[in-house]
Amino acid sequence: MAWMAWTPITAVFFSCIILMLIGMGIWQAVSPTVPRRGFLPLTTTRGDRLFISLLGAAYIHLGWLAFTDIALWIGSVIALAWLVIVMRWG
Amino acid sequence: MNKITNNKAWFLVLPVFFIVAISAIIPLMTVVNYSVQDIFDPQTRFFVGTEWFEQVLGDSRLHDALIRQIIYTLSVLFIEIPMGIAVALTLPRKGWGVSASMVLLALPLLIPWNVVGTIWQIFGRADIGLGGYLINLMGIDYNYAQNPMDAWVTVLVMDVWHWTSLIVLLCYAGLRSIPDAYYQAAKIDGASRWAVFRFIQLPKMQSVLVIGVLLRFMDSFMIYTEPFVLTGGGPGNATTFLSQFLTRMAVGQFDLGPAAAFSLIYFLIILLVCWVFYTVVMNAGKQGEQ
Repeated sequence: MAWMAWTPITAVFFSCIILMLIGMGIWQAVSPTVPRRGFLPLTTTRGDRLFISLLGAAYIHLGWLAFTDIALWIGSVIALAWLVIVMRWG
Repeated sequence: MNKITNNKAWFLVLPVFFIVAISAIIPLMTVVNYSVQDIFDPQTRFFVGTEWFEQVLGDSRLHDALIRQIIYTLSVLFIEIPMGIAVALTLPRKGWGVSASMVLLALPLLIPWNVVGTIWQIFGRADIGLGGYLINLMGIDYNYAQNPMDAWVTVLVMDVWHWTSLIVLLCYAGLRSIPDAYYQAAKIDGASRWAVFRFIQLPKMQSVLVIGVLLRFMDSFMIYTEPFVLTGGGPGNATTFLSQFLTRMAVGQFDLGPAAAFSLIYFLIILLVCWVFYTVVMNAGKQGEQ
């Protein structure tokens, strides 16, 4: 695994993603998702909303780095809020 | 709803999962790891956080390459999609012409990218190439190695030559799947040629067109070999597109960290555009059915 040049932070990052996917899989098995329509202009399932929120979080971070000099963790908090909002009301 | 599910099918997916893991997911994870470090060799590496991302996002050469790439991809789509549809509509529907035109159309698709680049490199030269010679004979001062505009036109024409066939073949397959009853009904209603195209042929081609547009978008957005062989990104940086810029950064200058950060941004752009396009078109299709 040394060739993959792991760092603690990226290891935590990928662990979170993998845990999220496993969690979503279990959640789906326990109570299957029902497609619904929230504030997003399309009908989404739970998995769709996770994808949208993760992609959005990535863009929030990129935008933060590109356009501001403010500490990145504030951007991360906004991205997390976005993730929760989309998962709950998207 | 009581649906019987057979989870054994998941075992059949395992080989694909392993192939994708080895060929895509693990390399992508490695790229993420590289993007946050300054790597000199496998033992000497330092964590730099988001420094490479900031550097890459503020790089004006990258902005230029991105703008060139967007213009190029949009031009490719605006030329190839309508042209592909138009050619598909004029193809014969039966007889020997079908096989003949299929073979002829498939030929450019079978040629490897670097060979396509070499063909056009020679074809466009004024001294030994037929195309370049004829254009100069008409009194147009054409030289793709010196004039940025000529280089652009040559790269675009090359792509159109290489890939329009793909759209034609996809659209043709879509058109062939329309039952004759639709055309007969249109004839009874006295529909014009345009109405037949707009309300019968185009909707039936929609799903293949989505695939066609996505494939052409992704391919042209990631284009590397053909412009590299034809113009080498020049004259100057006139035809240096994103992937060539990236390769120069990663392999030429060996800046692995910034190149990894840039790869991820590149990947996110493609992911977003493909997802938006796919979702919009698929939702439009659903609304049309309702």
